[in-house]
Amino acid sequence: MPRSSSVRSESLHPGAWWLWALSLGIAATRTTNPLLLALLVVVSAYVVATCRRPTPWSRSYTAFLRLALAVLLVRLLFAVVLGSPIPGTHVLVTLPELPLPDWSQGIRLGGRLTAEALVFALYDGLKLATLLVCVGAANALANPHRLLKSLPGALYELGVAVVVALTFAPHLIADVQRLRAARRLRGRPDTGIRGLLQVGLPVLEGALERSVALAAAMDARGYGRTAEVPPRVRRTTTALTLGGLLGVCAGTYGLLTAEGGTYGVPVLLAGLAAALAGLRLGGRRTPRTRYRPDLWTTRSLLVAGSGAAVAAAMFLASVADPVALHPGVVPLVAPVLPLWPAAAVLVGLLPAFLAPAPKEPSS
Amino acid sequence: MIRFEDVSVTYDGASEPTVQGIDFEVPEGELVLLVGPSGVGKSTVLGAVGGLVPHFTGGTLRGRVTVAGRDTRTHKPRELADVVGTVGQDPLSHFVTDSVEDELAYGMESLGLPPAVMRRRVEETLDLLGLAPLRDRPLATLSGGQQQRVAIGSVLTPHPEVLVLDEPTSALDPAAAEEVLAVLQRLVHDLGTTVLMAEHRLERVIQYADQVALLPAPGAPLRVGTPAEMMAVSPVYPPVVDLGRLAGWTPLPLTVRDARRRAGDLRERLAVHVPTDNAPAAADGGTAPPGPPAPDHESETGGAGGNPGTPRRRRAFRNRSTPQAAPNLADVTALSVRRAHVQALRHIDLTITPGETIALMGRNGAGKSTLLNTLVGLVAPSAGTVQVGGAEPHRITPRDLVRRVGLVPQEPRDLLYADTVAAECRAADTDAHAAPGTCRALVTDLLPGVTDDTHPRDLSEGQRLALALAVVLTARPPLLLLDEPTRGLDYAAKARLVRLLGELAAAGHAIMLATHDVELAAELAHRVILLAEGEVIADGPATDVITSSPSFAPQVSKILAPQRWLTVAEVRKALS
Repeated sequence: MPRSSSVRSESLHPGAWWLWALSLGIAATRTTNPLLLALLVVVSAYVVATCRRPTPWSRSYTAFLRLALAVLLVRLLFAVVLGSPIPGTHVLVTLPELPLPDWSQGIRLGGRLTAEALVFALYDGLKLATLLVCVGAANALANPHRLLKSLPGALYELGVAVVVALTFAPHLIADVQRLRAARRLRGRPDTGIRGLLQVGLPVLEGALERSVALAAAMDARGYGRTAEVPPRVRRTTTALTLGGLLGVCAGTYGLLTAEGGTYGVPVLLAGLAAALAGLRLGGRRTPRTRYRPDLWTTRSLLVAGSGAAVAAAMFLASVADPVALHPGVVPLVAPVLPLWPAAAVLVGLLPAFLAPAPKEPSS
Repeated sequence: MIRFEDVSVTYDGASEPTVQGIDFEVPEGELVLLVGPSGVGKSTVLGAVGGLVPHFTGGTLRGRVTVAGRDTRTHKPRELADVVGTVGQDPLSHFVTDSVEDELAYGMESLGLPPAVMRRRVEETLDLLGLAPLRDRPLATLSGGQQQRVAIGSVLTPHPEVLVLDEPTSALDPAAAEEVLAVLQRLVHDLGTTVLMAEHRLERVIQYADQVALLPAPGAPLRVGTPAEMMAVSPVYPPVVDLGRLAGWTPLPLTVRDARRRAGDLRERLAVHVPTDNAPAAADGGTAPPGPPAPDHESETGGAGGNPGTPRRRRAFRNRSTPQAAPNLADVTALSVRRAHVQALRHIDLTITPGETIALMGRNGAGKSTLLNTLVGLVAPSAGTVQVGGAEPHRITPRDLVRRVGLVPQEPRDLLYADTVAAECRAADTDAHAAPGTCRALVTDLLPGVTDDTHPRDLSEGQRLALALAVVLTARPPLLLLDEPTRGLDYAAKARLVRLLGELAAAGHAIMLATHDVELAAELAHRVILLAEGEVIADGPATDVITSSPSFAPQVSKILAPQRWLTVAEVRKALS
């Protein structure tokens, strides 16, 4: 049987989408230029619009957009209410200032609101909002369950726990809605906090019952079958995992302390390698196989690569031309779109051409 | 293939064994049907096959259960996963993954089958169960029948030798049930799979069984025999068997076809008793629903109260001219409902008058529940108007609502919050502003013998339904709605429900029930409304609508066609 037929060719590896989206997010952290940030948002939104499939998780994108907007507004609100250390000359409005005791020095409530402070807060909030939008794009494009399926075999149980938790959330919401509806049928008010609290217990009971039923079903379908492994392999696994974790700890310590600069990196890497080998060996205990695993196809690599290219270009630009990426706030200047970084951001559009969602309605 | 040797199961904290003296064998490649009233331990017997009883449920199992030579005492459920596939009552609680294809592969992944084999078996199973067009669909978006087929498919892919099914068709509409049963039939015939199955709706499954294992009463020993032998002594039986017993046919016919071939005599005997109370309905069959019956004339129901087998009240409503002045309890005009980009209801026109009983039928997802929910204001109409008791239900407060209309939801447990029956009743009285004791009196009426301190969770399905019904009735709503009331009820509980609803209708309540149960509709309803894709495709007297459709016709009407009899009770009455 040809290898390719046991792989879902039409869908990309979920890891590729996450790498692509996180790279765009990292690129966003390198700049405060509102034009570049807006371009990043537009690029990710365009890719989401062309590539997302009609799946339950793809609806989360709107939620992330709202969250990003909320973050931006909260950041602006803080700048208005709490003031800002940015010196500025363009006073827009002077709010009544609340006198605060001495111990709260450095905190100010109300007072002068300058255009500079507002613009600074806007740029800063926009950066955070862009990051959130990128994470939302990853959520909308990659099936979280398939991503968890790509975990190494030894972590399989952990992955299942997360998958089950993920499917439980929608069930729980449906339960709450159903029980609140039932309150109306009893002639009790079905809105308000009290109504919500009173259905809490039945909802939890239902969730508990459902988890017991699911556990029984999983057990009956062979979940948790283990294979016999020779004691030698078992011991090696334990040694590798424990040793690896110790190595990671020691390496991190070395990196963070001043005198450990020389041994930090190699010990960390060796520890990581040992831990990964331990995980791989530990996978032998579970006889599980995978049905149509997601493979890193050329398209997946290109998608991940396009994201990485954007991040790399932004890093280079932030070193080569920091002024263009961080438009001045004091004094206020209009931001200009730096040509080369903007062109680099457009590389992030590649997935829209590589993996557009199928056109036919999925029914 | 499956062997029970003198098995008894006692759950922790129970004084008596739930089942005892179970001793039988299911030979390879047979379909064995486990039959019995509610609460005799059918699920326990089924669970014991896969090892879930007692490994998962706790309790003590005495005796020995072996499946394909493996003792469940020494093998945990997961070690039996390659020989036993178990599907429970609720397919949704069975699913581990989120899409059809992954769900089918899950069991094989656990067993560690090679990827190429998994791929081949998933494709085969998709074809076998007709699921190929749904392969990428999220499980939550499937209809009930589709979900049940996926659940069966998901345990089929590891090629188990034994399939254990608990109520596989109870929640399904007639067509979807046929689908699932056709698949089972095919598995038994083509793959030699051994099937052990419990099902309340015997009229759907009895014809497929090779043997019947009967648990006649709690604690009684299990009896095994051919379906005809067992049906002759079983306390639960489908209408076709009931009719066969009435007519004294031996051996008992189990299918409509067998019964029809022997029904010549019976038809002749019945020809002189034209079903009188159906005649007026047949006469005005072409016109719209029969006129609104008035809520009086309880006295005319005659034997109904005394004879539990013949709940006949229809007579009271049919033989009279129709007073047109009676106000409608509900008026629905040009109602459309759109929910989440789905047109759930399209342009529905409907009136409900006092005293009539309406059965709302149609396949899963046809909009039955949406229509009921619209009538209690849980769903607001997107277009058109709904008037219940002179008010728009989605605009009035819950307190006003319960006096106009009451709904018993699909899961009656949703309505019950309290720890004891007494507390539940007190709460219901307060909610409905009824005199203290109103609800308790109703409960005593509907559920004789249930004590105040019983926890609603400990009641059987039928008792819980009755308690929820009592809670709803406390507010005396003139319009009573029930969503799938017979799910999980055995024939005895169903007969009690039929009697009860008949009495309520005679007392002037209008009743509308959404149901897949054609036999229930035949016994209760004056009027049947068929929904398809959110539209009313038929609305008329029960006799006309259900006898004209092969999938909605009850067994008796199929057997005695062209005479228009609907239930065994009618026939019994005519013959006596």
